[in-house]
Amino acid sequence: MAAASSTALPKKIDAQTADQYRTYLRQMLQIRRFEEKAGEAYSLGKIGGFCHLYIGQEAVAVGTLAALRHDDYLTCSYRDHGHALARGMSARAVMAELFGKAAGCTKGKGGSMHLFDASLGFLGGHGIVGGHIPLTTGIAFAIKYRGGDQVALCYFGEAAVNNGAFHEALNMAALWKLPAIYICENNRYGMGTALERASAIYDISERACSYDMANEVVDGQDVLAVRAAMDRACARARKENLPTLLEIRTYRFMGHSMSDPIHGHYRTKEEVDEQRKRDPITTWGDRLVAAGLIDEAGIKQVDAEVTAEAEDAVRFADEAPEPAPEELWADVYAPVGGN
Amino acid sequence: MAVLTYRDALNQALREEMQRDPSVFLMGEEVGVYNGAYKVSRGLLEEFGPMRVVDTPITELGFAGVGVGAAMVGLRPIVEFMTWNFALLAIDQVVNSAAKMRYMSGGQVGCPIVFRGPGGAALQLASQHSQAFESWYAHIPGLKVVMPATPADAKGLLKSAIRDDDPVVFIEGEMLYNNKGEVPDGEHVVPLGKADVKREGGDVTIVCHSKTVAVALKAAELLATEGISAEVVDLRTIRPLDSGTILTSVGKTHRVVVAEEGWNFAGVGAQVVDLIQQEAFDELDAPVLRVTGADVPMPYNKFLERAAKADAPKVVEAVKKVMYV
Amino acid sequence: MATKVVMEALSPTMEEGRLVEWKKKEGDTIAVGDVLAEVETDKAVMELVARAAGTLLKLAVPVGTTVPVANVVAWIGTPGESVGDGAPPPPPAPARAGTPASAAPVAPLTPPTAAAPAAPGRVKASPLARKIAADRGLDLGAIAGSGPAGRVIARDLDGARPAAAMRAAPPAAAGGYEDVPLSQIRKTIAKRLAQSIGPIPTFYLTTDVDMTRMWEAREALVGTQRGAGAGAGEVKVSFNDIIIKATASALLRHPACNAWWQDDHIRVWHEVHVGMAVAIPDGLITPVIRHAEGKSLREIAAESKDLATRARERKLTPEEYTGSTFSISNLGMLEIEHFTAIINPPEAGILAVGKIRDEAVVVEGQVRVRKAMRLTMSCDHRVIDGATGAQFLKTLKQMLENPLALVF
Repeated sequence: MAAASSTALPKKIDAQTADQYRTYLRQMLQIRRFEEKAGEAYSLGKIGGFCHLYIGQEAVAVGTLAALRHDDYLTCSYRDHGHALARGMSARAVMAELFGKAAGCTKGKGGSMHLFDASLGFLGGHGIVGGHIPLTTGIAFAIKYRGGDQVALCYFGEAAVNNGAFHEALNMAALWKLPAIYICENNRYGMGTALERASAIYDISERACSYDMANEVVDGQDVLAVRAAMDRACARARKENLPTLLEIRTYRFMGHSMSDPIHGHYRTKEEVDEQRKRDPITTWGDRLVAAGLIDEAGIKQVDAEVTAEAEDAVRFADEAPEPAPEELWADVYAPVGGN
Repeated sequence: MAVLTYRDALNQALREEMQRDPSVFLMGEEVGVYNGAYKVSRGLLEEFGPMRVVDTPITELGFAGVGVGAAMVGLRPIVEFMTWNFALLAIDQVVNSAAKMRYMSGGQVGCPIVFRGPGGAALQLASQHSQAFESWYAHIPGLKVVMPATPADAKGLLKSAIRDDDPVVFIEGEMLYNNKGEVPDGEHVVPLGKADVKREGGDVTIVCHSKTVAVALKAAELLATEGISAEVVDLRTIRPLDSGTILTSVGKTHRVVVAEEGWNFAGVGAQVVDLIQQEAFDELDAPVLRVTGADVPMPYNKFLERAAKADAPKVVEAVKKVMYV
Repeated sequence: MATKVVMEALSPTMEEGRLVEWKKKEGDTIAVGDVLAEVETDKAVMELVARAAGTLLKLAVPVGTTVPVANVVAWIGTPGESVGDGAPPPPPAPARAGTPASAAPVAPLTPPTAAAPAAPGRVKASPLARKIAADRGLDLGAIAGSGPAGRVIARDLDGARPAAAMRAAPPAAAGGYEDVPLSQIRKTIAKRLAQSIGPIPTFYLTTDVDMTRMWEAREALVGTQRGAGAGAGEVKVSFNDIIIKATASALLRHPACNAWWQDDHIRVWHEVHVGMAVAIPDGLITPVIRHAEGKSLREIAAESKDLATRARERKLTPEEYTGSTFSISNLGMLEIEHFTAIINPPEAGILAVGKIRDEAVVVEGQVRVRKAMRLTMSCDHRVIDGATGAQFLKTLKQMLENPLALVF
């Protein structure tokens, strides 16, 4: 991990900032507890198919999405629960979707990999590695086409950058000067293949040089560093219509999916244990306590609240009705063709 | 009514729709400065400027995805593939992104996009440039597949495709671009999903689309000299398939030949045959025969190429078989 | 060359006939009109008469042979003249001569594949031909197909008429059963009745008729007949005659039930021709009492007896068993109380008459015996609706329960 020490908190923290910092903690904890419950429900057979947990990477979604406006857009890969929650989707809607229920955010049609909430500009978890990167370029194109100042965000793993779609999409975004921010969540493993075994260069950020695109390496376990880098990228997009590639270095504490053991053959238990020492939630909690912005009891209180929320989401999802049989045939085509 | 080439009919449809709706834009390789590899987009860059007539790098997967992304947030992109052979590089975006978006988002995010360009063989372009892929796309729920055969249909169907709220695969024909025909001026819209009887007849139905419409009409003329009256049904839209028009014709003639440019295996004709055997079994007086491209990669040699293509003599031969003569 | 004698169509529906007996032998001198042979058609035994004069040169088929209509059965000419071999005429040439499609090299449409072996006994026919055959009651097995491998296709059915099957299985003399060859009439019955139960949407109406007074009236009438010293020509009136008479009268008042289904229209008859089912040794036939509505009971009785007798002797002419507008089947004499009869198309109705039985009824607190009879009418719903049929049956019931109504 390149950035081992965290960015320092500001010397003087106003009340608004303090609230914001506590919100980061709450959001990260919310994702963590939600994912733990999702993993539990998966092992009970309540959730089917693929289920990719976000545990360990929470600071990336929380730090980046904190910088977004309501009218911005984002797409992400199939590891999308954390982004959905951090963007403000309700735990109930997301959990019900994992359960495949009618009350889910896509009515049980998409499942874990395809969370959507168009009202939040949350344009999908996407299941084909790299496939959604050009979509984000297209969304950024549409923003520019309409003369807007929104940004289009795209999350993908470090393994996707070896994919042609990544290069094609970044090339056009730089060529056409589009307000896109490409966020590579470098968790060091593409399923079971380590970065070093898949990429000819170690620093993903350097790939942006091919397209003369602004880029940064960011410590993904430090929510404050993530937020700061994201602010710079957003400014570049909104004011200059220029894209950015952020390589945010993080680590996934769980297996690739629920069918993958926590470390398997491709990494050691020691490595995972070592990484867990830089858990983005506990380190952030410690820093807030040290700065006097919260105490241990306060953290416990937040934890209890988000745990209750996750439990409520599971209960809600469990009791929610299955989709009606006719739902099978709905949404294949637009209800009325033409405009 | 003006007599236009198929190419100019498409150009007219693009121009009229871009004038009509500012969210419509065209992107693809050589569509702007070059005026289009086949000149379909001639003059559009001057009229609409580079933001709406977008020259792309040779990056089919990339710009197909850009189109889908733009459509997801409400623009109406027309993505031109220089040919559908190159679109194989982009098929992930067509199949995994465009076709699935509405469904997997639970109806929240649509994808009003047109992918268009010439498909099928031209002359002596050999294996990689002479392929008919309509059955690939027609296989995919979520896509519509449109293939006009005449200038009038080219204009009317393209206008419908651009206005449609779903992704439309619009396959033209390089060998059709110079064909001339009467094209209604202005608001001429041909609805998707409606086949057209291009010639009426009573003895046998020839189902065809795109380039094989001319083949079928030629065959029908040859057959008429032998006293056989062939009805030519032009599908126009492959998906959704107009089963009503097909079945009505089968009910009338009881004998069917399906002609298409593509390969036989799992081709469009196979779907037509399946429809007929399910819905019109008792109407059949003969097995339904298919005339397709030869089951080989397209050869370069012109005689071999001719032998590989579906043509009027092959259709005539098949018709005689189903007529038992 | 000598003149052919061919199997003639001796009934409206005959497609083939079985040569029952030669009435002449080879070498006999023949005059036009001479009876050459007796032929069993699908309905009756008919005479085959000479259309040419000369010497009977050759009998081409032995007794017992079933011969399709138009095939040669004998030759007439002058002695020493040559005769043909009796082979059937060649099949008609296809409507259009095939011409080679094109001189250009043409790849095969599909790779050659082995033809599927035909299942024994399965008739190859196009789906359309099957549908047409089912609609028109045609036997596909009896039709030569002109399609590939003998497939029967639609055009092969042009002009075909409902036909009996061609091949009769040879009698087998195995242990537990006997294979009885199908007679022409049995084949026709099977086909006609199957045709009826298939496409005709039939429903059934049953009513119970108190025949007590009719019983008494008939007893009196028969007594009168006897008392009057009825001569040899006088026929005893049967219940069946009475039912025919009553039915004809009731049909006059309900013409909707006296009608034919004609595929594209309904023919409603204003005259009543009652077909009466008569059992004969190997089947049944339905001779017709014409204009039953205008005939007296005496006339009906005389005519029905004559028709029944001649039916059993197979001596009816086609005109005598065709053209009925409504039929009656009576199994009362066979102790059947109640049954349903199968409509004889194109008629729209048939009445099934059960036996007249004693039935105990309670009238004003006292048990009495009355004569009861079940009538069941089968109705073609395409022609007759439930209420229409019921109203007719009600009229008929009232007539049968009140003998005076017959002369009213």
